[in-house]
Amino acid sequence: MTYLITQTLNGLFSAALLFLIASGLTLAFGVMRIVNIAHGSFYMLGAYVAYTVTARTQSLLAGAVAAMAGVALVGFAVERFFLRRLAAQPLAQMMMTMGFALVFRDAALMIWGGDPFTLPYPPGLAGSFAAGDVVFPLYRLFVVLVAAAVGVALWAVNEKTLLGAKLRAAVDDPEMAGGTGINVGLLSGLVFAAGAALAAFGGVMGGPILGGYPGMDFDLLPLAFVVVIIGGMGSLKGALAGSIVVGLVDNFGKALVPELSYFTLFAPMVIVLAIKPTGLYGRA
Amino acid sequence: MLNIIDLHTYYGDSHVLQGVNIQVEQGTVAAVVGRNGVGKTTLCRSIVGFTPVRAGRVVFNGDDITNLASHTIASRRISLVPQGRRIFASLTVQENLAIASQPSPSAGAWTMEKIFSVFPRLAERGRHRGDELSGGEQQMLAIARALVANPILLLMDEPTEGLAPAVVATVGRLIRRVKDEGTSILLVEQNAAFAVQVSDIAYVMSKGTIVHSSDPRALWRNEEIKTQFLGVPPPRTLRRD
Repeated sequence: MTYLITQTLNGLFSAALLFLIASGLTLAFGVMRIVNIAHGSFYMLGAYVAYTVTARTQSLLAGAVAAMAGVALVGFAVERFFLRRLAAQPLAQMMMTMGFALVFRDAALMIWGGDPFTLPYPPGLAGSFAAGDVVFPLYRLFVVLVAAAVGVALWAVNEKTLLGAKLRAAVDDPEMAGGTGINVGLLSGLVFAAGAALAAFGGVMGGPILGGYPGMDFDLLPLAFVVVIIGGMGSLKGALAGSIVVGLVDNFGKALVPELSYFTLFAPMVIVLAIKPTGLYGRA
Repeated sequence: MLNIIDLHTYYGDSHVLQGVNIQVEQGTVAAVVGRNGVGKTTLCRSIVGFTPVRAGRVVFNGDDITNLASHTIASRRISLVPQGRRIFASLTVQENLAIASQPSPSAGAWTMEKIFSVFPRLAERGRHRGDELSGGEQQMLAIARALVANPILLLMDEPTEGLAPAVVATVGRLIRRVKDEGTSILLVEQNAAFAVQVSDIAYVMSKGTIVHSSDPRALWRNEEIKTQFLGVPPPRTLRRD
């Protein structure tokens, strides 16, 4: 029983991280139809930038802010100066993001070298708490709460603000959105940048436990895509549902049958796709 | 106020607009009528920046707006009621209006309050999603969405398509009202009988060019034009107006 609770809590921690990362991926797809292979790179760059800035300033908060702002800027530039030139060519855009993923991987290797690292815990969150037999690290709980807060904030922006309504209009009918005065290009750049910042935030939040290392970008990418495909591409609600499914299944899978970890990761995706090809909350 | 000068637009190799010339005078309704597929919708799309113009110019209040980004054209207060309504399906009625709203300081400007007093049905349906509306309600919303932007020029592409006669009459009254309040209108219609009733000048379009323009009443008396270009059956002893 203790084991079950601990693994469930661990699964929720994975789900929280995945949600932070996958929500950016699914937003970019929803608005721009871009399948962003470089999304894992944004996650990696977030961890690396935070590592450098935290080491210089001795402040994890400064590191997190710098990581999100820096990666948002990179994301905005990638969309504005490269992807937008290939508008309405999904395959070409995907190949372009693939190219960026490789460039970022090698750039990170050049700049930071190949040594793995971990980020420090935020002050006061390094310990754990015990409830009966269950001992759970405080930091993991913190990440779950932060991800929940981010989820609520994203939902509120999307559903309750004028900006959110404009975003949904641009998803429904981008041409007509332009015709009603919405600058869809600018909106797309901002969404892409925000998605990149969320991925970077995921890298920072995961940093104290998962750390940073060469290859972390491509380790994460399949997980993020499985989340988005299970939930339905473009759907925030789907990203939440997909994260929880993948977080739990992946955790229990790796704990119980580690030799089948890729099977337990992809099996739920195959089942969902077979029953509902658009994903749980996706639109045709 | 709107001058369309020798406009040429292509879809791929297909030469759809082949030198269109149209003028809309301030405070009037200009109608473009013609059969299906002669390029009427392409004309609207070319004006608002949806489809790139290959040659010719669109001049609005003295400024060349040819091929500007569509959101820039909208910000100059040119609004479109598009063919097929194109209501944002996942947005509520209120949101559909809110995202298009461009407040204007002028007296009698279109505010949410004014919209809802003119379209009481939309007020009732305010929290419903766009895809939950009937066809007539969607058309009213499409018109309301264009009006909350307080346009100087209103483009209407087939606003009566698929509507019940009573709703068509409502659209007609709206067009007259909007015109009386000072907005100029370019009305594109396959329904020529409707268009001639609400317009001040009528252009007849065929195969991508304007083949005839005249006072709408004169046009409606011109049996040759009507049968040749508008598909209106030859003379019946039916009186209009």
